[in-house]
Parts: sequence; C-alpha cells; structure tokens
Amino acid sequence: MRSALTVAAGRAARRLARLRGGGRGGSAFPGLVVERIDPGFLARTLEELPLGVVVVSGTNGKTTTTKILVELLRSQGLRVFTNPTGSNFVRGVAAALLTEVDARGRLAADIAVLELDEAHAVHFVRQVRPRASLLLNVMRDQLDRFGEIDHTADLLHTVAKASTELVVLNGDDPRLSAPRFTDDLGARVERFGIGEGLRRVFLSDDDLRREDAGGAMLEDAGLGAGPADDTQTPATRLEAIDGRRARILVDGAEHEVEFVLPGVHNMLNATGALALASSLLGADADLPALLRALAHVRAAFGRGEMLEVDGVPLELALVKNPAGFRMSLLSAGTDPAETMIAINDEYADGRDMSWLWDVDFSALRASGVHVVSGVRAYDMALRLRYDEVLVDGVETDLGPAVRSLIDAARASGRPMRIFCTYTAMLAVRAQLSRITHVETVL
Amino acid sequence: MSTNEHPAPSAPRSAGTGPDLTPVPTPHRQPAREGAPALRILQLYPSEMNIYGDWGNTLTLIRRAQWSGFEVELLAHEVGDRLPADVDLVVAGGGQDSGQVRIAADLLSHGPAICEWAEQDVPMLAVCGSYQLFGHVFVPATGDTADEPLTGISLLDVETRGSSTRLIGNLTVETERFGPVVGYENHSGLTTLGADCTALGSVRAFGQESSRAGGNNGADGTEGAVHREVIGTYLHGSVLPKNPALADHLLAAAVRHRVGEDAYTAPDLEGIVTQRARDIAMSRPR
Repeated sequence: MRSALTVAAGRAARRLARLRGGGRGGSAFPGLVVERIDPGFLARTLEELPLGVVVVSGTNGKTTTTKILVELLRSQGLRVFTNPTGSNFVRGVAAALLTEVDARGRLAADIAVLELDEAHAVHFVRQVRPRASLLLNVMRDQLDRFGEIDHTADLLHTVAKASTELVVLNGDDPRLSAPRFTDDLGARVERFGIGEGLRRVFLSDDDLRREDAGGAMLEDAGLGAGPADDTQTPATRLEAIDGRRARILVDGAEHEVEFVLPGVHNMLNATGALALASSLLGADADLPALLRALAHVRAAFGRGEMLEVDGVPLELALVKNPAGFRMSLLSAGTDPAETMIAINDEYADGRDMSWLWDVDFSALRASGVHVVSGVRAYDMALRLRYDEVLVDGVETDLGPAVRSLIDAARASGRPMRIFCTYTAMLAVRAQLSRITHVETVL
Repeated sequence: MSTNEHPAPSAPRSAGTGPDLTPVPTPHRQPAREGAPALRILQLYPSEMNIYGDWGNTLTLIRRAQWSGFEVELLAHEVGDRLPADVDLVVAGGGQDSGQVRIAADLLSHGPAICEWAEQDVPMLAVCGSYQLFGHVFVPATGDTADEPLTGISLLDVETRGSSTRLIGNLTVETERFGPVVGYENHSGLTTLGADCTALGSVRAFGQESSRAGGNNGADGTEGAVHREVIGTYLHGSVLPKNPALADHLLAAAVRHRVGEDAYTAPDLEGIVTQRARDIAMSRPR
C-alpha cells in the first residue's frame, strides 16, 4: 500500500518535472520526492528481488561494464533491472525504479545491476546491502571534485564491506588488491585481472611516473606490481589480445572471444563482469552463453561508440581522466585516422587542466592531430606541442571543428576519431546528429 | 600579439578544405651546442609527488632546453636513494597526504644538501606538497589526531597549517619578475611567509567580492615564496607550460649554474598558442 502511494506521487513528480523542463524530465526531482515521502521505498523494492542486487563501481568503465554485466545475466534468461546511463546516484536509482515498477510498486525482475559513482555507492549501501559488488579500479580522476585517490579507495572499501556474499575486484589494482582492502571483508573475494603477457600494456597511475623518471619509454621498468603470491592470482584472466580478439582464462580453461566492443580496458572490465556472473551463478552458469553474450555486447553511449558519417567511420571516445585517456589512445592503436581532441572545463569535465599533462600523447606523433577544440583547445594545443605532436590547427568552436574534421577525412579517405571530455561529447553528438543518425539517450 | 613562431617542421598534413583553423607551429629541436654539457635536472620523488600534472613542468623544462640547443640528463630521486650530486635544476611536485608522509623523513635527511644547492643558486621549483615541505613545518589540521607535524627542510622561511577548508580553483598571480602567472590551486594547507623570503606574487583581484581566490593562505593575498633561485608555489595546471617566463627563468639559472655564464636563449615560439591558452585560463570561472 505504501509503495502504491509512493509510486503515484513519484510519477506525478516526474510529469511535473517534464512539463517544467520542456519534455526532458531529469531523474533527480522525482527521485527526491520519493526519498522525502518514503525513504524506505528503495530498500523495500530492491530487497524483494530473488537474486539480489549487484553494485558496479570504480573510477573508469562503470557504464560499459554495467551494460556488459546486464547482458551477461540476460543471456542466462534472467530479468535484470538496471539504472540508465547518467543516473549513477541514489536518487537516479529511485527514479529508474519508478519507471519500472507496477502500480503497486513491484519490480518484475530477478536481479538488479546498478552502476554507482563511488561516493553515491557508499550512500546506497547504507540503505541496501548488495549481494555482490564488482570493483573495477581506483584511478586518478578529476581531483578538483573527488579529492585524493586514497579516499576513493576508502569509499569502495565501504561498499566491499557492505556486500553480503561476493566481492569481485581487479586483482591488478594496487589499492583494491592490497591486504588492507581485502583482509576484513565478510564476503567471498574473487579477483579478475590480466595475464603476464599483457602486463606492460596496462599502466596504472602508480607506474606512470616510474616509467617517466627514465625520460623515455622504458621497456623493462617492472611495469605493474602484479599479485604478490600465487594464491592471489586472479582465477579469471585476460590472457592475450589481438585486435578485437581476446583469450580469457576462466577456471583453468582458455576461451577465445571476438569482441564487438573496442578498447583493451573494456576487454579487461568485460573479464571482470564475466568473473562476477560466473561466480554468482555458480553451477547454474551457462558459460558458452556467457561468452557469446560477451562477444556481442556494444559500447555504452559515448564510450568508444562507432558512428558513420557519409560512410566514413567515426569513433567517439569519452576521456575523463589520465588513465582513461591513456587507455583510449592505446585502444585507438596506430591506424592512421583524422583525429580531433575536444577539451572543455565545465564542472562535469573538471576545471583543472593538470590532468592533460599526465597523459603521454606521443602515440599520436605518427599520424598527427587534425584539430583541437573546446573551451580549453589552446591548453590541449600546448600539451601536444610539448609532446611534439603535429596539429593542423585550433578551433575552439566545436561546430566548425567537427565540419573541418569531416572535410579532412573526405580529403584523406581516413576514418575519424574524436576524443572528448563529457560536455564536449554532448556538444559533438548534437553537431553530429544534424549530419548523421546518432543514438539518442535520455 | 606576436605571431613570430617557428615554422612547422613540415607542411600541414591535410589540405585546409574546412573552416580556417588557427595553426599550431611545433618547434624544432636545435642541434646540441658544441661543447655544451647536458643540464642535469633532478625530479624529487616523481613516484610519490606527481598528482597535479607535475610531469608537465619537467617535460616543459626538458623540451625548452632541447629547443634551445641543450641536452638534458633527467635524474630521479626516490625514498631511500642516494641523492645525486652536481645538479643544475630541481623540480618537486604535489602529492597526496599519504605520499607527503612517506617522503618527509627522506627529504629531511637530504635537507642540508638541498639547502646548500640553493645557496649555490641552483634553481628549484617546488609545487604544493613539496612547497610545504621546503618550509619549516607542516602542521595537520586540529582534530586530525592521527597525523603528527611534518618537519620540513627550512629552505624557505614559511610554515603551513592544515585547515578544514580547501582553496581550490583557477588563479592568476601578479608577479614583478614574470608578469601575470596563471594556474590552478587545490590545497587545504595554509602557508604563512616569514621575513626571510618574499612572495612569488599577489593574487589578482584579491579582496574583491568577485574573487574567492586563495593563494598562500586565503587571507593576506600572497602566493608562493621565493628564496634566491628557489620558487615555491601552489600553482599547478601545469604551471610552466602556460608561464614560459617562469620556465625560462629556471632554465637560464640552470645554464648559468652549469656553464658559469648566461648562455640560455629562450626558444622563440610562444606567439598565439601560449598567449591564448593563458588568456582563456585567466578568464575562466574559479
């Protein structure tokens, strides 16, 4: 009864928000209304799920990993509730529930997979204890908003402690795999990670400066600390990558997966999602179906999205922090492309430009950059100059910059690649949607 | 506005069929000057103290030296290492609280040697956490009982107290030697200058209602500290690429230390790109 009233009030609030907002209702206001009139709604609704709640958190890759995990569980015939892109906070989850429940407040799902921002994950687990959590990484993010990364690790530790049955974590992340993180957890701990052969492909923030201290890319700088002993060797491992093809070790057997998803970081996070799904389902897991689902999953909005403009491929990569940018550059590989980099400095992007200096852009030296754009285009141009990367030019205005990129791609016949910060990505998508079909996401 | 940049090493890669773009000339590395010894640049604790784009400062010094015809030998000192000798320039960056705690004792043990370098006019740039430890002491905020005060090397006559508020945002500092210096600050330690050092400069528009800019302590309008050729500052962003006058000052002093005379000529490449990066940074909200 209580839930029925809450649902009615929350939906009324959503209608109101849509009227006031010109038809694009945000999720914060209806979520706030639910939180005020019925603080127990979230916990009461989610606790009814027979297979419980899974929380996905970490600095980089939450959105895509959540999408992967949802599709893995759906491949097992499960009904999965999840929160849509951009609502990775507690009120966003409440608002998403409003959309999905019936009039009596019942959710027609077996399990929930929720992407939560590190800070909001802590608020969430105070209300709802997850059955399992998938913790991806702790990396340097926009320090003006999140403070120190040791603090971020503490937030994820709270999430791990609140998890009742299973914690799946990145065994190669120095903070997540540290004894001080894992020793006091009540839940079973499973690790995912990379095999020895890939160790030098993946650099953590901690490895970054050790490498630079030598001045050049050192081949044998002992990159990546790796697990301390055999008992901590991840059971689910990404062993090898060749383009989009990967070999993944699951319970002692290697499997080949041909990914649609671009990006080595996505493949690692997919390995984490696979570890969680197979461990949570245990003997019930249908591994061949999981692997098929893994191969078919597509990138989330703005995360390595592949678009087309007049038949010319365009890859859109969201870059938010140094590790993410490094991974995107690495994934882009060395295929020649017409490249654009768009850097804004709104609150959602991070106001401080320091992070650009923690990314090594020398991989772009071979093919150069066509145009840098966004409010901080000149900061980016300076950054590239100091890595001796040639840039055709600067255009702070995103519209003309996108048009110039398209013209350059027409002239050269090369595919296009755009690296952009969050608000720049929204603007670039708006520009592109005038020219080509772009998936619309609320 | 100056546009006399070096020409690009090669023609633009693709025909400019689209809207006009502002070109970005990339400078050449100059051939090393005959007989010119390499500049020895030392990074202090690059694996612990690097969180605010500190690599950008080191990279800027390396590239500008190369663009001016000097080779660079890049050295790194980590906790437990022997301190290298015969150093021409020192860069030290910002760290997390935990990093600062891990390096403090090691830094203190090398304090006399580093202070001796300073008296020999070795130029140094110490940003944020390193700036604090170049002073006398860092006293954590009250109530933070777990943390003991960290003793610094007293190279700069400053002391720092932790506070509960964070001074954070874009910041422009008016300096006599380098003109306006633009960067970004993010610190909760409040630093007070003693009589034996001078401020790097004063916070632009400090005290006006529109400005909540902090600087050293958010109260007296000063930013940074200077002693001989040693500069301590809270500015990152990174600070040197957008403030080449500061970078060139450090490099000129390093060359003077290495060869005994004024032999550094700043690369002539600033022009429009650096100027616009500076102007835009100065115009952005805090």
